[in-house]
Amino acid sequence: MNSLALFPPPPPKGHITLYESNNQLVSGTSYDCYQKQEWDPPSLLFPRETLKPHSRPENTSKAAFLDHCDALWMRSAAAWRDSGLSGLLEEISNSSEVPRWLTVGSRWVLALHRWVASFHTSLFPHLTLSSEDLVAEFSQVLNWSDCAVRAFAWHPHTDKFAVTLLDDSIRIYNSKSSTAPTLKHRVQRNVAAMQWKPLCASALAVACHNCLLVWHVDPTSLSTRPSSGCAQVLSHPGHSPVTSIAWCPNGSLLLSASPVDTAMMVWDVAGENCVPLQRVGGGGVTLLSWAPDGSRVLAATPSSLFRIWETRMWTCEHWPCLKGRCQTGCWSPDGSRLLFTVQGEMVIYALTFSSVPGEPQGQTGGPKAAVIVADLSETTFSTPEGEIRLGGEVQSMAWDPQGERLAVLLKGDPETLDHPPMIAVFKTRTSPIFELLPCGFVQGESGAEPRLMQFHPNFANGALLTVCWSNGRISHVPFYFVSVGRPLPGLRGSPTLPFSQNQVTENGGRLLYTELSS
Amino acid sequence: MLPSAPNHWFVRKVIYWRWAASVAWSLLLLPVCTALFVLLSRVSLLHPIGWISESFGLLCGSYVIFSLVLLFGVLLVVGFFNLEYYTAVPSIPCTKIALLGKVLHPRQCIHMLVHCMLGMLVAWCTAAMIGGRYRTLSCPCAVEEGAAPAACLNELHLFFLLAGGFVGYSYSLLGLLNNVNYVSFKIIQRHKYLWFRSSLLAVVRYSAVRALYAVRNFCIFYYFLGYIPRTWICSTLGLLRDSSLHRLDSLAGLLDLPLLYHLWLSCCFLLLTWHVSVLLFRIFVSEAYSFPVQSSFSEDTSQCLPKVISEKEPMILKFLGLQDLAVLAHNSPCRRQEVFSLSQPGGHPHNWNAICTECLALLGELTQRLVLYQEVLSSNGRSWPPSCGSDHKSTSSETSENSGTEELSHTPRVRAGLKTPASSLFRAPVGGAGGTLPFTPDLDSPFSPAVTRRMAPDPSSPWHGSVQSPHLMRRGPKLWTSSAESPPGCVLPESPAAVPSPPAGAQKPSFLSLWFQNRQEQVKGFLAKRVLIMYLFNKLPEASSQALFADSQMHIWALQGLSHLVAASFTEDKFGVVQITLPRILSTMLMLQEAVDRHFKLPHASSKPMRSTCCLEDSTFKMLRFGLRSALKTALYRITGTFGQHLHAVQMSAEHRKRLQLFMDYKE
Repeated sequence: MNSLALFPPPPPKGHITLYESNNQLVSGTSYDCYQKQEWDPPSLLFPRETLKPHSRPENTSKAAFLDHCDALWMRSAAAWRDSGLSGLLEEISNSSEVPRWLTVGSRWVLALHRWVASFHTSLFPHLTLSSEDLVAEFSQVLNWSDCAVRAFAWHPHTDKFAVTLLDDSIRIYNSKSSTAPTLKHRVQRNVAAMQWKPLCASALAVACHNCLLVWHVDPTSLSTRPSSGCAQVLSHPGHSPVTSIAWCPNGSLLLSASPVDTAMMVWDVAGENCVPLQRVGGGGVTLLSWAPDGSRVLAATPSSLFRIWETRMWTCEHWPCLKGRCQTGCWSPDGSRLLFTVQGEMVIYALTFSSVPGEPQGQTGGPKAAVIVADLSETTFSTPEGEIRLGGEVQSMAWDPQGERLAVLLKGDPETLDHPPMIAVFKTRTSPIFELLPCGFVQGESGAEPRLMQFHPNFANGALLTVCWSNGRISHVPFYFVSVGRPLPGLRGSPTLPFSQNQVTENGGRLLYTELSS
Repeated sequence: MLPSAPNHWFVRKVIYWRWAASVAWSLLLLPVCTALFVLLSRVSLLHPIGWISESFGLLCGSYVIFSLVLLFGVLLVVGFFNLEYYTAVPSIPCTKIALLGKVLHPRQCIHMLVHCMLGMLVAWCTAAMIGGRYRTLSCPCAVEEGAAPAACLNELHLFFLLAGGFVGYSYSLLGLLNNVNYVSFKIIQRHKYLWFRSSLLAVVRYSAVRALYAVRNFCIFYYFLGYIPRTWICSTLGLLRDSSLHRLDSLAGLLDLPLLYHLWLSCCFLLLTWHVSVLLFRIFVSEAYSFPVQSSFSEDTSQCLPKVISEKEPMILKFLGLQDLAVLAHNSPCRRQEVFSLSQPGGHPHNWNAICTECLALLGELTQRLVLYQEVLSSNGRSWPPSCGSDHKSTSSETSENSGTEELSHTPRVRAGLKTPASSLFRAPVGGAGGTLPFTPDLDSPFSPAVTRRMAPDPSSPWHGSVQSPHLMRRGPKLWTSSAESPPGCVLPESPAAVPSPPAGAQKPSFLSLWFQNRQEQVKGFLAKRVLIMYLFNKLPEASSQALFADSQMHIWALQGLSHLVAASFTEDKFGVVQITLPRILSTMLMLQEAVDRHFKLPHASSKPMRSTCCLEDSTFKMLRFGLRSALKTALYRITGTFGQHLHAVQMSAEHRKRLQLFMDYKE
């Protein structure tokens, strides 16, 4: 088992982790101090000050208008439309025009309703949160509500990525064109997650406040502001806010989850219809992660329970008895191993799946117990500037598509200065036994904390980690290595990872990334 | 009255058993529903113990037992109609008149009549089970002292019976309009019990709401027309009217809350039991079936996947076969191995060849259908001599391929030039912007016989049946247009089919045919001015586009199955059987892609239809064209993503290579 004590100390203050080469993380004083490639993913900066969040969190613009005396039934109808039964009851009990018995009756019903609701929320305390807080609580982004970059998504096949900013606009950056389209939509608010559709050039699914948006951004179009007609709106009553989405790796289905809905939705996006997969217990679904081979799905709930669905007959197995809720999880590239972390614990667990699911009797073919593979408890490192403590709970994890590097975003402690959030990177090894080996820490500019990270899905020369920082910077950290799992051309007949191989030659033989001679 | 191909092994061995299981389950659920009904029918919150004990006593009573037996019979008949009327391809009427024809079709009339009677029967049962004042049709009159006792009509009972008939009728009618008999296939597979459990609540809610509407409509109906059946029954059975009671076709009589509650409950009960049986039937029939890929016994070969997907009848078999193909191609490596395997003596890839040929034929047929539709639409419904049209089919497959898309823009002009001025004169008020006008082409339009004839498969054309050669397939989209421009004399001389005489006839039509044509146009112009005719023959928006893709679930599965198999062949196909057909597969898909792209540029094609959210009013067929478009793109991306660079070695035309390059660059 690995622990942070085995890690090399983080780079000195003011230094920025630039890349990994020859098994070592190299740091420098600025992003410009190493040789550029032919097309580097742009290192973008979105200063927090230039972005204006939505100032009005409530749904209606009621408060902006003068009070207007409607008839009672009109007010009741409006209350019913806006906030359902409880709103209607409240309206009736507060009005003076109705008979006294009706007022008293509705007050009683309202009290009863609240009592029942309080019982419900005492079981699932997260239901009392406002929807914005819900997103902040369950998002994979650290400190989501105050983050300049709220979501980030690499395209699975090309050098293209989408960024959601604090003002809920999405920008798309492409290696092959200079236009960066900006996507805005009326219902595109509180974006919690984004994902590009696999095996498709243009579709981008966005998890919004009360719906799912699927944008179709024509890659050849020169328009910088695609109209909202390019977006499909998928919504289901009671399914909001959507905090997590996952595309099926073969591009046919989309899953969405909301922490207040016990059902997760399986969407047929083209047909715009959905199948709710309901399971009582858990109080909702917070996180979805589809195994890269498409056979299993991890679904975490707000309570101490998560499920693993197999995708042939859509049966699931429960994993209760955790200390807290499952905070994050990621799959190995072949879908046989799941790493996850639990809130309140400072370790990484692993689950290994053996058989192909569904073949014998529709079971997920999973193991009976999870094993601890890494210990992330707080460790003190001494740097020239003083001692620094690293470790603690995990916010999110990312595993590179070849299964060689695992990046772990540690939460840190916002109260103290010497315990910042940090990204720890492990090397992973699968044979003879599964093992995590220390690689190093990734540090940004001084004062910048990591918020969100993702690996490039098909980086030719190793792995490329994209990190969004608290100061609005998006940087890319390449890890140069030769994969042991990847067959060398000519040695074996057919490569197993065609995407990563074709990447180089797709662009007419030009190498996107060359090895650095440092 | 039995489903199509009743003696087919699949119908006998699978469909009948599935139907029987679904009926058995709905019969098992019936006592539960009945108990709930009895419990709710005499609800009294003030005396809960008395209420429950009374209900339980009633449940064992003779009326309930007898009603239950009757209701079993009713459900059996309903189940039989489910089996008889189900369809995997929805029928979509394109005009109001077609819709009317669908409603008045004898088959549908039988359905309505039977359901009407079944509804009455159920209503009688519910009236008997509720008991009290509803139970019998006649009751002793409340007569004053001394008069002879006489039988009076119990209007409440009549009211119930009529309501049952009304609800049965509206069930049948709405079922027709909402395509309740359409068995759709789900996007994911789950166990039957889970499907049932997750849809049960929605069905209960749907039945309750429908019952509410039915009660409202029936009350309106009875208020205005209720006296007719009442007087008729009174006079036939010699019953008197009790004048001491309110008549039910008055406001005071109808505003009887217990009566309305009981009526609603009965309607709810009726609809719920029927809807549950439909739901169960759908779930059972659409369950995936695993066909063997190959069999070692020759008598079982007709049950193997390659044979199954090539059969025309029954339709459900083809659907289930293609669904199984998509499933096995996606996630069953050992069955994929069987597809790629060679036959033992001889070493031919029979399995793969059969599957691939059938899938390509399906896709090619869809391409053709789309091209024809666009062709007809672009000519704006102008019919040219049918002899010419059919000849185009046979000749144009030989015309040179590179006389390509640019000709499409010329064709209408050229064709107009062929016409006489008189005919275009008459056409002037009719023509114009396409789409909404009455005589735009349409599968069901009675005014374009030539068009409908062209839409139907022509047995004389080489396109009839499955297409064998990729060479022919590749030229598909350019048919019918190219030869219209190329002068008839200079069709490729080496082709024996290019007999120049029919085109010559087209060039100089005889006087008689010209006159006939003019008359036809005149009649059209005359009819087009009548509002009612306009209304009836007006095309429903986008219905023709939906009808075009009505069975596209098959094509979606064929695309998924093919693309997964091709992608898997990259690593799993040891003998290279897929490589041989790769050019054909790619060109077929690219041609379909082109046709679909063009179709979506038509008006109405890319707008999203309204969808109902209920589980029974399945409207997934309305969105099938979008599903097909995305499945097609995904399939092409899957192949290009897997093969990548190697696709440059595949032989294909320059145009297709250009299109494929877009896919390889992720620019489509």
